[in-house]
Amino acid sequence: MSEKIGVYVCHCGTNIAGTVDVKGVAEWAAEHLKHRGVVIGREYKFMCSSLGQELVEKDIKELGLTRVIVAACSPHLHEKTFRTACERAGLNPYLCEMVSIREQVSWVHADKAAATEKSKAVISGGVERVLHNEPLEPIRVPIHADTLVVGGGIAGIQAALEIADAGYHVCLVEREPSIGGHMAQFDKTFPTLDCSACILTPKMVDVGNHPNITLLTWSEVVKVDGFVGNFKATIRKKARYVNTDTCTGCGICWEKCPKKVVDNVYEAGLGNRKAIYTPFAQAVPRYPVIDVENCTYFKNGKCKACQIFCPTEPNSINFDQKDEMLEVQAGNIILATGYDLFDATRIPQYGYGKLPNVFTSLEFERMCNAAGPTEGKIVLRDKTTTPKSVVIVHCVGSRDENYNKYCSGICCMQSLKFAHLVMERTGAEVYNCYIDIRTPFKDYEEFYKRVLEEGGHFIRGKVAEVTDAARLPEEEGKLIVQVEDTLIGKQRRIPVDMVILSAGIEPRHDAKEVGKLFGIACGASGWYTEKHPKLDPVATMTEGIYIAGCVQGPKDIPVSVAQGAAAAARVLGKIQQGVISLEPIKASINETQCSGCRICNGLCPFNAIAFIEDDKVSSINPALCQGCGTCVAACPAGAISGTGFSDAQIIAQIDGLLLRNLEPVEA
Amino acid sequence: MTEQFEPTIIGFTCNWCSYRAADLAGTSRMKYAPNVRLIRMMCSGRLDPTFVLRALSGGADGVMITGCHPGECHYIEQNYKALRRFLLLRRVLTGLGIEPERVKLVWASAAEGARFASETTAFVEEIRKLGPLNWGKPVAALENLQEEVSKLEEVPA
Repeated sequence: MSEKIGVYVCHCGTNIAGTVDVKGVAEWAAEHLKHRGVVIGREYKFMCSSLGQELVEKDIKELGLTRVIVAACSPHLHEKTFRTACERAGLNPYLCEMVSIREQVSWVHADKAAATEKSKAVISGGVERVLHNEPLEPIRVPIHADTLVVGGGIAGIQAALEIADAGYHVCLVEREPSIGGHMAQFDKTFPTLDCSACILTPKMVDVGNHPNITLLTWSEVVKVDGFVGNFKATIRKKARYVNTDTCTGCGICWEKCPKKVVDNVYEAGLGNRKAIYTPFAQAVPRYPVIDVENCTYFKNGKCKACQIFCPTEPNSINFDQKDEMLEVQAGNIILATGYDLFDATRIPQYGYGKLPNVFTSLEFERMCNAAGPTEGKIVLRDKTTTPKSVVIVHCVGSRDENYNKYCSGICCMQSLKFAHLVMERTGAEVYNCYIDIRTPFKDYEEFYKRVLEEGGHFIRGKVAEVTDAARLPEEEGKLIVQVEDTLIGKQRRIPVDMVILSAGIEPRHDAKEVGKLFGIACGASGWYTEKHPKLDPVATMTEGIYIAGCVQGPKDIPVSVAQGAAAAARVLGKIQQGVISLEPIKASINETQCSGCRICNGLCPFNAIAFIEDDKVSSINPALCQGCGTCVAACPAGAISGTGFSDAQIIAQIDGLLLRNLEPVEA
Repeated sequence: MTEQFEPTIIGFTCNWCSYRAADLAGTSRMKYAPNVRLIRMMCSGRLDPTFVLRALSGGADGVMITGCHPGECHYIEQNYKALRRFLLLRRVLTGLGIEPERVKLVWASAAEGARFASETTAFVEEIRKLGPLNWGKPVAALENLQEEVSKLEEVPA
């Protein structure tokens, strides 16, 4: 045995030593694993302290150790610490392995003898494994300085501006005709009651005018190739049928367009737009698009009113425009594609879609907006009657086993905002039917207090039904809300004029497909999975792809802005490094052993494996490979090996854990 | 008084969820049976079924395969591949005359330390009931098979 292994067992104060005979384990390793190459077994109070690390470094230099095993806490905590220490002493860091005898032994087992025996087995497994470790070098990848931001809501806008202001180029892609996202639809923002448009539109204008931002609206990413540092995105720029070089956005075309269309996107179905339109007055860019499905010319070949009245020279309307395919290079990508509102028709007992005066939260937002379809007047569906009483139903589609189990986070504050606006503008009686009131952030609880003081009624109970079937004379012609007031333990029927459903938020309907496009995963609820829920919330498992805003989970505007800025900071960090190092845990194919069966090709979720037609073998792109090892396990020829987790390492570890190294097997 | 049978169990864990669940069980000081010894892999998709056979032939009485919940894989969908291999493996074990219950699949997210602990203890009890795999010592035939296979894998010059 030519390798020289050092085994270091940590006391971690009494955290390990309280349950494991640390001294005994270290001595056992030195004695019983001597024939496997262990030349020294040491124990120390705190291995991770600088003195502990020096112990390892000194042995590497003086005893000529070629492998190191540290038996201590979880490798997720200190693997880097000890690998760096080895590197300082001149040993390749990947020749050091940690085995966990704290999280997985001393903290979970009470019996000292059993814990000590398990520690020995775990160390034995580590020793066998490390014998098969190979020296590795991190993979170096240059970073392209451009960034692709997908989604032009507030999170994407913030991210794009941060990066562009720092002096780097950003391509911002938005699938609607204008950036702004959901925030552009709102009237007021909680808890300050700032006008949403007043704080958003300056940022939208900044994006439109920024020399470092290429804005592609009415566009969608259809393909992503490449890897961190060097992505190549294919973007479909849908035909606007408007020449943006000459269009001034004067608005005459949509004024003259004879075709009215119900606007289901921006106005939430409450208002109309024309067949040629910009979604709202402050749209960025200001150029309209033609909605082909509803345009009279595209349907019948006649009309052309927009073209006839267009005052620009040359004419800006071009009915022959075609979709364009653009290719964009980027070193990093930020996904900020937002959320969908929960579809309230899925809960039939709440009557949305059947009972006219049941509104969704987004419809109500549009109604409150001075630029909206009712010019800010809170009225019933007839657009004239002011309600005298309103019920706001919380948690519609959220915290509900039948729909979404999670809390949408924003609806409590949104409902409180609605309550305030209804009372302020109509003087109506307002009832909030809630499960719990959740107001955890700055000045939110104070806003709740304010609504209470203004006279809002609060009923703790989940609404069972909204109906127009009256039982009593005073219920005639009203909406009756059936709810159990759980604080007084009584069923109540509340007759009101208007019901607002505070609908929750959901992942985009196509989040899964979009995730696949970019090679990132969704969690059980459909939100994109972050690299670490606490310590790395905007990075994903795919290097170079970041997430910001509601794609990661429900959140309100301030948090979305913070995440947009955070993702930008991460990207700027990468750009500044110029070249980044990737963990060398990768799979690779031995071409002489590959039979070209292509079983592995379809297994890779990151499209890292390609078949080389000329050589009739498969090949792995190391920059795309994330190191999961599925192909290694699947290769029938054993031609794929995975660095860091090779067959030899894992099989040796199994044997070591079973202590088979102590008594060699006789055939 | 007969001594209680203490099974030896090898557990395969995924770096992102079940290994972290095991860590969380530790930081939360949840107690579970000490019979399980864990191996960390990057993903349950890395699990080559021969690892399980190796463990069972080498003296383990049971094998626990753990991974992320379906739909939560950090590599998008590789745990589904682990699931497929697990189902196939159970059939192979049955064919070999080994109780398929000796191999168990557990989904545990990084937040489910309690689940990891309780599933581990439950599995140890199940294996205790099944008794030792009773091969006395490691199976030489399988050992040779491994060598034969590696000989075959050598590509002639």
